[in-house]
Amino acid sequence: MDRQWAKLESMPRTLFEKIWDAHVVAAPTGQSALLYIDLHLVHEVTSPQAFDGLRANGRRVRQPLRTVATVDHNIPTTPRGLPIADAIAAKQIEALQNNCREFGVPLFDMDSAEQGIVHVIGPELGITLPGMTIVCGDSHTSTHGAFGSLAFGIGTSEVEHVLATQCLPQNKPKTMQILVRGNLAEGVTAKDLALGIIGRIGTDGATGYVIEYAGDAVRALSMEGRMTLCNMSIEAGARAGLIAPDETTFAYVDGRRFAPKGKDWEEALASWRTLASDAGAQFDRVIQIDAAALAPFVTWGTNPGMVVAVNARVPELTSFAQEGDRRAAEQALAYMGLEPGIPIENIAVDRVFIGSCTNSRIEDLRSAARVAKGQHVSPKVRAMVVPGSQAIKHAAEKEGLHRIFLDAGFEWRESGCSMCLGMNPDILQPGERCASTSNRNFEGRQGRGGRTHLVSPMMAAAAAIAGHFTDIRNWQFR
Amino acid sequence: MQPFRKHTGIVVPLDKVNVDTDQIIPKQFLKRIERTGFGRFLFYDWRFSGDGKESGTKTGDFVLDAPRYAGASILVAGKNFGCGSSREHAVWALADFGFRVVIASSFADIFANNSLKNGLLTVRLSDEQVADIIRRSKQIANYRLSVDLEALRVDDGQGFEATFTMDEFSRHCLLNGLDDIGLTLQHEAEIAAYEAKHPVPSEMEIDMKTILAR
Repeated sequence: MDRQWAKLESMPRTLFEKIWDAHVVAAPTGQSALLYIDLHLVHEVTSPQAFDGLRANGRRVRQPLRTVATVDHNIPTTPRGLPIADAIAAKQIEALQNNCREFGVPLFDMDSAEQGIVHVIGPELGITLPGMTIVCGDSHTSTHGAFGSLAFGIGTSEVEHVLATQCLPQNKPKTMQILVRGNLAEGVTAKDLALGIIGRIGTDGATGYVIEYAGDAVRALSMEGRMTLCNMSIEAGARAGLIAPDETTFAYVDGRRFAPKGKDWEEALASWRTLASDAGAQFDRVIQIDAAALAPFVTWGTNPGMVVAVNARVPELTSFAQEGDRRAAEQALAYMGLEPGIPIENIAVDRVFIGSCTNSRIEDLRSAARVAKGQHVSPKVRAMVVPGSQAIKHAAEKEGLHRIFLDAGFEWRESGCSMCLGMNPDILQPGERCASTSNRNFEGRQGRGGRTHLVSPMMAAAAAIAGHFTDIRNWQFR
Repeated sequence: MQPFRKHTGIVVPLDKVNVDTDQIIPKQFLKRIERTGFGRFLFYDWRFSGDGKESGTKTGDFVLDAPRYAGASILVAGKNFGCGSSREHAVWALADFGFRVVIASSFADIFANNSLKNGLLTVRLSDEQVADIIRRSKQIANYRLSVDLEALRVDDGQGFEATFTMDEFSRHCLLNGLDDIGLTLQHEAEIAAYEAKHPVPSEMEIDMKTILAR
């Protein structure tokens, strides 16, 4: 940990600029800067063609120990001993196993105790650390920004590039500060903050920017909450989202398996403490959010920006000023099978999914279990809880959360991405309506013809029990 | 990578905003481990009926399948094209289908990067210009555009002309079809020097070796 954040010039810099500057390997004139990548996370879906590219060109993985692989996207969430019924999925998983073996890349395989969603296990194992540059062939890599690292999703060609060179040519993005003043009310979570921000700035509101989240409401979030918030940055189009590390961050990282220990820890800590935007640092854009004005949110359309408070109504088409947006809303409502103007709380659900890299961590499961305790899932609803990792699953079982869920009629599954993107058998049937703690409500995302409403874990659990959306702020906890 | 200099082709309008990569190539086709053959699954859920499996029937209702746009190689769409998932399969599907250019008023970052790596040119024009092209492509039979990356110019030979911008380095790579891994490896000395100063942290190294050994 000898990363030098300090710079000779006294120009105030943003957190992003500090991390960027510390990772520029070369800045050739007339070309993009060459950025060093500290950590490359790999999964089965976006990597096989990249490894093929290495083979075709006789290249090796430059830094296998800065590369960590797991299987998450298409594995079943049924008990682990069972064979994978989907032959093409099985082949893709096998390809990752073979590639990791051939190129010497550490793999947390299906049967390992560390397996989980790639954005859950990085932080959980202490592999994700403040100040790092982190990439993965997955757009939700922005999750790791919660630790004050610069983390962003890449395509498969870039995966190959990082495997081969441990570097990426990058054009410097612009910076945006989202300052969240005040405090979130009881029942309003990091997920609602994320949805509130996207609802305000739109799904392309941060395209070309790296967001730094700041303000009291952000400081007050746990690491789980910060990961949820940074995770959804991509849904606003951002290149990355990050939060300056603080005592909450350090307490989370301390003692984790791959985290620095002893003298290395002390040195790392001293270095991480300098990871904050300097006073007077300039952002290209600043957005202020009043935390107290936020409510539990529910999406009504087919992108995460189509969102309203749970106690509001599906918007009227006349409320859209832009022609394109109005037409998009009309198409979205037709797909979602909803009429303008109906109260959100009148919308009944068929399925509930609690999981994904957005909301499958222990705190998410605890909050959902608090709602589910002593209650029962509506007979019309099928509800599923999918922990983000094996470690979370075991921790939850140790606390007895699984009993609360099972007693209430939720399914308790093995870890993976599951119904967030439905690459495995966990999918919606055409027309089914789902309250989901995941990150995307795109058409067909959870299964062809499926209708997804994004909510927080508490709101999802409450919808499962009530059979329709209900304002968690009025919930009678048992 | 296939170089891109100038291309003239039929334009097909996809008059929608926020077209996400889940629509461009649905997840059920991401399990393939090849880079090729994704074209027939392009916009699958919008083009085919059935249960979403490969055996669906083409409805013929989707604009891409209208006979008048057969052989189109330029796609024009609304703002924020390619948002969502980082799946490069979306670009592979567009390129494999025969597209060389996508024109929109804005593109999602990862999609634009992925396009660049595959010789698919993304051209950003204003909302008004995009609307104009969409209108013309709907009204004029066999509507074609010429896209010139050297001159950074789009024109239809019948009154529509526009210029666009692109960062110099990306343009240089596209014009010459450069393998940018090769370009990065030209900086081997700088990468090695950086790595000498920033070795893999010891805990990480030891623990990862344990994972490898098991």
